Amino acid sequence: MNFVWAFVVGGGICVIGQILLDYFKLTPAHVMSSFVVAGAVLDTFDLYDNLIDFAGAGATVPITSFGHSLMHGAMKEAEEHGVIGVAVGMFGLTSAGIASAILFGFLIAVFFKPKG
Amino acid sequence: MAKQKLNEQNFEKATKEYQPKPPYLMNMLKAFIVGGIICVLGELLSEMYIHWFDFKEENAGNPTVATLIFFSALATGLGVYDRLGQFAGAGSAVPVTGFANSVTSAALEHKSEGFVLGVATNLFKLAGSVIVFGVVSAYLLGILRYVCTQLF
Repeated sequence: MNFVWAFVVGGGICVIGQILLDYFKLTPAHVMSSFVVAGAVLDTFDLYDNLIDFAGAGATVPITSFGHSLMHGAMKEAEEHGVIGVAVGMFGLTSAGIASAILFGFLIAVFFKPKG
Repeated sequence: MAKQKLNEQNFEKATKEYQPKPPYLMNMLKAFIVGGIICVLGELLSEMYIHWFDFKEENAGNPTVATLIFFSALATGLGVYDRLGQFAGAGSAVPVTGFANSVTSAALEHKSEGFVLGVATNLFKLAGSVIVFGVVSAYLLGILRYVCTQLF
């Protein structure tokens, strides 16, 4: 059942993105930026965690979860260190994603030739 | 003069008729299926990390995202992901794999300019906007939320 909800919720978020692309004529970069901001806003009101509980990877794999993780890491440190903690914890939870994107992006660029 | 002004004002409207209409429903269906499948793969990976590598449900997201990024970067290097992107639209752009694809493809595209000025400088050319908007919004909202929780 986990897999069904991951499929439906993850697919649903992508459909919203497709509507923004086709109907509102946004570029992919605009869609991704809006989604990250949307994730941060949803986490401000603790709503995104409910979605993750419900859909698992259906909520953690779309880019909205990047905004959610940024916010989450920031709030975790803010509880301990106050306003400075917002900066300290900002990348606390997203470091795995960013570090691996930099590493693999660089390595692939080293070992592969551009196609097309 | 008046005619030109009219044309400028009506330009969007006038050209709209001649632009091909995107097949809205078909595109949405493709995005739904491909996006859904990527998320199911993510779910599969996170279950794997929970059962075999002693991760908990809350932190299994990290290795899952890292693994998906690795596969997406590899698929971009092989030229597969861009073909998927043409088919799926937002279905392949919205998941975190699309983020990795934009990083890797920007790096590959500028490889001819060298590793420092080409690859490293352009790595976040496309994905940078995501990080900038994410951090700025999370920073401002984080401070706002912290102040609110302290006050009330």
